[in-house]
Amino acid sequence: MAQKKLAIIATKGSLDWAYPPFILASTAAALGYEVQVFFTFYGLQLLKKKLDLQVTPLGNPGMPMPGGMEKFMPVLVTALPFMQGVMTSMMKAKMKKKGVASIDELRELCLEAEVKMIACQMTVDLFDLEQAEFIDGIEYAGAAAFFEFAGESDICLYI
Amino acid sequence: MTFDQELDASGLNCPLPILRAKKTLNAMSAGQVLHVIATDPGSVKDFDAFAKQTGNELMESKEEGGKFHFLIKKC
Repeated sequence: MAQKKLAIIATKGSLDWAYPPFILASTAAALGYEVQVFFTFYGLQLLKKKLDLQVTPLGNPGMPMPGGMEKFMPVLVTALPFMQGVMTSMMKAKMKKKGVASIDELRELCLEAEVKMIACQMTVDLFDLEQAEFIDGIEYAGAAAFFEFAGESDICLYI
Repeated sequence: MTFDQELDASGLNCPLPILRAKKTLNAMSAGQVLHVIATDPGSVKDFDAFAKQTGNELMESKEEGGKFHFLIKKC
């Protein structure tokens, strides 16, 4: 049986959206898939050496809050300066309590499992980012390089 | 119940039990049996799917004392 391939495009740079690409990539690798993840735009945040991922309640009516608070909290309150920090701390504490892996841990497991991570060179240039800001062991490439792998993949996801 | 290695993944959530099991199996020899203990209810279907896709044999899957127990034979 030929090795299956999973290609993922990761475009989001918030704590909540950091999970799907790393969970799927690490699990697929454990199942024997060859995996490549292409990080573009805000997804590049997920490749930074020092992760500072946040989650915001602003403009997210689907985000559950303690005690069903989301049902009566005015949208404007979620825009207050401290809300993002508070929600991020609460989310991280809840994840730890429930035994959900941290993004650092999942990313490390992906690297160990030889998931190939590719940073979009165009976005790196666009945002004036330096390669020194990113973790080691990743590659820098463009859309055509992604298609070389994605074109032969069994599963291709845009996250 | 005989096994060669044991992995306690209690308290860990998806996908950690699978990832830890895979890592432990990597260091084992073919034919050896791994006993995994987990508390994540999703792990029941996940270990079944893991076995089907990797070729490792899920010899036993049961719930006992609020925990899930799996016996996986490395292929």
